[in-house]
Amino acid sequence: MSDNKKWYSLDLNFKKKKETSGSCGCGKTSGGCGSHNNEMTDDAFLEAAVNASIGDEVRKDGFDQVFDVKMDRRSAFKKLTASLLIGAGAVSTSCSVVTGDDSKEKAQIDWEEQFKGNYKLMSDKEKKGTVERLMRSYELRTGKNISMTSENAKEDVLFGYAFNISKCQGYMDCVNACIEENNQDRNSQMQYIRIHEMKDGNGFKFDEADDNYYHEVPAEGHFYMGTQCFHCDNPPCVEVCPVQATWREDDGLVVIDYDWCVGCRYCMAACPYDGRRFNWSKPEVPEAEINKNQHYLGNRMRKKGVMEKCTFCVQRSRKGQNPACVEACPTGARIFGNLLDPNSTIRWVLENKKVFRLKEDLGTEPKFWYFMD
Amino acid sequence: MRRLKVFRSLVIDSIDATTKGSRKYNIWMGFLTFIMLVGMYCYSIQLDQGLSVTGMSDRVSWGLYISNFTFLVGVAAAAVMLVMPTYVLKDIDFKQAVLIGEGLAVAALIMCLAFVVADMGGPSVLWHMIPGIGVFNFPNSMLTWDVIVLNGYLFLNISIPFYILFRRYQGKVPNPKIYIPGAVLSVLWAVAIHLVTAFLYQGLQARPFWNNALLGPRFLASAFAAGPALIILVLAIIRSFTDFKIKNKTINKIALIVTVAAQINIIMLISELFKEFYAPTHHSESAYYLFFGLDGKTALLPWIWTAISMNVIATIILTFKKLRENLSVLYFCCFLLFVAIWIEKGFGLIVPGFIPGPYGKIVEYLPTKIEVGVTIGIWAMGAFIFTILAKTAIGIELGKIRYKKKS
Repeated sequence: MSDNKKWYSLDLNFKKKKETSGSCGCGKTSGGCGSHNNEMTDDAFLEAAVNASIGDEVRKDGFDQVFDVKMDRRSAFKKLTASLLIGAGAVSTSCSVVTGDDSKEKAQIDWEEQFKGNYKLMSDKEKKGTVERLMRSYELRTGKNISMTSENAKEDVLFGYAFNISKCQGYMDCVNACIEENNQDRNSQMQYIRIHEMKDGNGFKFDEADDNYYHEVPAEGHFYMGTQCFHCDNPPCVEVCPVQATWREDDGLVVIDYDWCVGCRYCMAACPYDGRRFNWSKPEVPEAEINKNQHYLGNRMRKKGVMEKCTFCVQRSRKGQNPACVEACPTGARIFGNLLDPNSTIRWVLENKKVFRLKEDLGTEPKFWYFMD
Repeated sequence: MRRLKVFRSLVIDSIDATTKGSRKYNIWMGFLTFIMLVGMYCYSIQLDQGLSVTGMSDRVSWGLYISNFTFLVGVAAAAVMLVMPTYVLKDIDFKQAVLIGEGLAVAALIMCLAFVVADMGGPSVLWHMIPGIGVFNFPNSMLTWDVIVLNGYLFLNISIPFYILFRRYQGKVPNPKIYIPGAVLSVLWAVAIHLVTAFLYQGLQARPFWNNALLGPRFLASAFAAGPALIILVLAIIRSFTDFKIKNKTINKIALIVTVAAQINIIMLISELFKEFYAPTHHSESAYYLFFGLDGKTALLPWIWTAISMNVIATIILTFKKLRENLSVLYFCCFLLFVAIWIEKGFGLIVPGFIPGPYGKIVEYLPTKIEVGVTIGIWAMGAFIFTILAKTAIGIELGKIRYKKKS
C-alpha cells in the first residue's frame, strides 16, 4: 500500500499485485499502430489523415455521420483538416523532443480521438481501434506501455454485490485498493467508496454518520457500512444523460465513456446514492503508481471535466476476477459475483440471508444488497 | 435578390446605428465591454484549470451558473406576457412594448446558453449534443428537451421581430397573417420552456427538494412576475433616454400582470412552506437548511430571508392600485421583486437541492471570485446584446432607420 493515504488502517500484509504489460497492443515496438508510414510526405500524410478521419472504416464515428456526404463537402473538409492539422502539428512539434514522425502521429491520434463516436455505438473493430490509439498515444507521450482492453460483456453474466454490515470494521482497505486500482485523482482525494461510521443503537442514521474519519477503527460503540455506485437496474443517471455517455452494459455494469461525456453533471444530480464523481481539475496520478492494466470503460486515465464512477472494476470483473475492494477487504464483508450463476456465493447470500437495499422506494433496483450475520 | 439587397442595407444601417450614439451610450457600451473582457479572462482561467476554480464540489455540483440559467429561462418566458395581448387579443397598448420584450427574451436566451456552456466540463466536445452529428438522448433526457425548446424559442423570438422590423424598415406594414401564427406559437412555447426547465429538476427522485409537483407552476408564476418587472424597468430607462413613446397605460397594464403573478407566487410559497414545516419529514431537510440552517450551517439564511421579505413587501405594495399607479413606487417594487426572485429561483432553489447530500452530508457552497466574474461577464453580454437589439428596433420603429432614406 502506498504511504500517502490519509486514513488509518491496519497493515494486514495486503500487497496489491500489479501486473505490467511490456508491449504495445499492436505488437509493434517502433512506429505507429495504425496505417501510418515512416516515409510519408506531408501531402501523402494529409491525404492519409483525411482518409483515416472520414474513410469508410470508421462507420459510426460522429464525424462520419455528417461528412459522409459526397464530393464538395469533402474537399471543403479537406481544407479544414489541413488548417487544423497544421495548427495541431505546430503545437506538438514545438513542444516535442522526439522525431517529426512521432509528432505527426500524435497529432493524427489526437485528431481521430477528438472526433471519434460514442463508444456505446461502436462496432468491436472501432472499439479496438480507439483502444489501440489510446495505448499508442500513451506510449508516444510517456515512452511507457500500457495494456488496455475493450472486452465486452459476457453472455449469461449479471454482476451483483453484497455487503455484510456485521463484518465491516471500517479499515478502509477497500477505499485504498480502489484508488490504486482505478487510477483516481490523488490531488482531490477522490474515492468511489465511502465508509459511513454509525453509532450503535441509532440504526441507519446516515445524517449522523461520519464518512471521513481519521481515528483508530473499529471505534467503540460504532458499526460501519460502505456505499458506492450500486449499478442500478433502472439507473436514473443513465436516463438523464443528454448524450448517452453513460449506460448500462449487458452484464449490469453502469459505465461511462469518458471521451463522450460533456461534463454537464446532470447524472450527478440524478443519482440518489452519491455514486458519481467529477474531475474538477486534471486528474493526476504519479507515473509509478499508475495501474497499467486498463479497460476503456474502467480505470484508464481520465481527463479534466468528465464524470467517473465505480465500474465494479470492469477491467478485473470481466476477466473473472473480483473487484479490488472485494479482494482487499480484510474481514470478508464484501461479496461479489454472477447473479445468474446459481452456484455463486452472491446467490447463496441472497437466498439464505435477510438482505435489503438502500432507498428501495425510489424504484432504482440497485444490484447491491446489505445483510447481517 | 431585392430582399438580399434590403437585408444588406439593413445590416449596414443597424451597425451604423449601434456604433454611433450619445456620450452616455458610448460610456455604457464601453463599460459593458470592459466587464465582458473581465468575464472572458475569468473564463479563460476556468478553461485552463478546470471547474475546480469554482466553488462547486462533488457534494454541491451545480451552483451560480445553473442558478442564473434557471432564472433567465423565466425572464425569457415572460416575453409572452407582452406578446399574448398584443398579437392575439389585439390590445394596441402593448404594441410598443412587445419588441422590447422580445429583444429581452433573445438576450436572456443567449445568456441562458452561455451559462450552460460555462457550466460544462468539456465545452470542446459540445458537438456531441448536436442531433445528427452526436448522440441526442431524446426523449429520455429532459436536458435534450430543454435544448430543443430553448433553441426553438430563440428562433421564434428572433424571427418574429425580425419580420416586423424588416417590413417597417422598407416602410411597409407587416402582414398579420404571417406573424400572428408565429406569435400564437411563441405563447405556447414560452410556457413550455419554463415548464420543461422545471421538469429538469422536478423529475429527479434523488432530490426531494425539487421532486415536488408545485415546482413547475411556481416557476411560471415567479417568471411572470420577474420578467415583466424587468421589462417595466427597461421601458422606464428607454422612456427617459430615447424618443420612443411608451404610454403610462402600457406600463400600468404590465404592472397588473406583475401584481397578479406575484400574488399567485406568494400563495404557492405559503403552500410550499406549509407542506415542509407542518409535518416535517426526512425530505424537508433541504427546506430546513434553506430557511433555518442545519447543524450550524447557515450560509443561505441572509439571502433567502432578504428575498422573502422583499417579495412580500413588493407584493403588498403592488396590490394597492393607488400605489401601483405611482411610477416611482412601481419601479421600486419591480426592482425589489426582480432581485427577490433572482435569489429565490436562483441559488435559493438550486443549492439547497444538494444540501444535505444523498447520505445527509452537509457541505456548503459559496461561489468563488472567478465564478462571480464569469457570471457578471455573461450578464454584461446580455445587456450588450439587448442594447444593440433595442437601439436598432427603436430606430426602425421611430422611422429613423429606413431603407434608401439617405439617397
